Amino acid sequence: MRRLKEFVLQKIVLLCGVASILFVALIFLFLVKEGLNVFKAVSPSHFLLGRSWYPISEPAQFGILPLILGSLLVTAGATVISVAIGVACAVYIAEVARPAVRETLKVGIELLAAIPSIVLGFIGMVTLVPWVKKIFHLPTGLTALSGSIMLAFMAMPTIVSIAEDALHAVPRSYKEGAYALGATRWQTIHRVILRAASPGIAAAVMLGIGRVIGETMAVMMITGNAAVIPHGILQPVRTLTATIAGEMGEAAVGSEHYYALFAIGTLLFVISFGINVTADLLLHKRRS
Amino acid sequence: MGEDLDKLKIQVNNLNLWYSSFQALKDVNASFKERLITAIIGPSGCGKTTLLRVFNRMNDLVEGVRVAGTVMVDGINVIAPDTDLMTLRRKIGMVFQRPNPFPLSTYENVVFGPRIHGRAGKNELDDIAEKSLQAVLLWDELKDRLDKPALSLSLEQQQRLCIARLIAVRSDILLLDEPCSALDPQATQAIEELMRGLKNNYTLIVVTHNMQQAARVSDETGFMLLGELIEFGETDQIFTRPRDKRTEDYITGRFG
Repeated sequence: MRRLKEFVLQKIVLLCGVASILFVALIFLFLVKEGLNVFKAVSPSHFLLGRSWYPISEPAQFGILPLILGSLLVTAGATVISVAIGVACAVYIAEVARPAVRETLKVGIELLAAIPSIVLGFIGMVTLVPWVKKIFHLPTGLTALSGSIMLAFMAMPTIVSIAEDALHAVPRSYKEGAYALGATRWQTIHRVILRAASPGIAAAVMLGIGRVIGETMAVMMITGNAAVIPHGILQPVRTLTATIAGEMGEAAVGSEHYYALFAIGTLLFVISFGINVTADLLLHKRRS
Repeated sequence: MGEDLDKLKIQVNNLNLWYSSFQALKDVNASFKERLITAIIGPSGCGKTTLLRVFNRMNDLVEGVRVAGTVMVDGINVIAPDTDLMTLRRKIGMVFQRPNPFPLSTYENVVFGPRIHGRAGKNELDDIAEKSLQAVLLWDELKDRLDKPALSLSLEQQQRLCIARLIAVRSDILLLDEPCSALDPQATQAIEELMRGLKNNYTLIVVTHNMQQAARVSDETGFMLLGELIEFGETDQIFTRPRDKRTEDYITGRFG
């Protein structure tokens, strides 16, 4: 009887494990199956490199280059901001701060991660967007820059906590070796500790980027959603994610527009997957 | 000339040290002579590593540490709060239990010290790297693969490299904290030989729990127990005619 119970439990756990992989595979297959249909209407190169996205005009145009560039621009901006602040913050927490300050900061960072993205979006909309408009004398503050800044807040908790782990895992002996050679604290941090932790920090950055590129609500609210090729960070842009969120409700099931949105979804999936795998490889490199 | 040879390098007077409320060093008095190897022996927890770490103020990294007394190095009290730690640690180098080369290339490890102390000329650094590696007898082995990661070297090579790092900043006192405990007997022998060679130019203080090692390499030996320096004298005398009963018990293996 006991053995039977063991057996059943074992199989249930196995099933759960297999199910999670199965679901991912099915989601991917579904995305690809629906997405591929778009290529009946438009060639892959026109789809990826086409400069106009007019999904409901006659004739419709499905060029997602402006959307890809929009996503890249916002992500790049957010990455620069969040890496600069996030890595510095992680160094401060791991190497400089006194224990009491360290604990307070860590709690603060976790709270930042707990803010729903829609909340960050509307805070950005009512505070940041008017500032950007005023500071840069723009016709509108709904720009890639605004999106980058708000997304940086979202990526920062990931970057800080993983980078801090990596810094924390640097063997104490490296630090002692540097101090024993007469290095100052700053020399020790930037010549030894940061280098030793660099694979982990790179993984932190990758995961931060993964978080940013998939983010939807906040960017939709504050980047202006203009599907045009951006020429600078002070222009409105539209991202891949915001396009799906904004248009899926209106696209008729089975229409070319609908398939195009699925193809965008597939592209996002592939990008996120690539980023996560890279991050994973970097983390494993650190461990071995 | 005899006087010159026996010049005192480090003088420790009434040194007491506390980790919070635990007293790790009790009234230690000792003199370390220039260009000799002095061994500090004793059972684990006796304070020998703590004593070593007073000399280059590495204990400052421990929270809640308090020190009283004086430690004169070349006539300067290094315990004084206004001591410039960067200069002090450059002068007094330290080798650790486990070899701890940085995760950089062999070359970058050797020139790490000169670089952080602001000497950056390429030729000068190359020159320093070559001389330092020669001093630890690594140059011939490694000169063709200086750009390989230091962590891929054997443990013995790594430990030699760690000593080369100190030579590169022109330390003149080398503190060695159980430098052979991670090494096999053959590598241990090689490092001991190196230590004997370095004696011509450097003052070495080695902490070890390996009594044979102390007997083999050192000129003078101090025996510590529970934070006190029980006996200090010529190595021969300590190992053949100890004055204190506790020293005798320890070296004959009755405890420790």
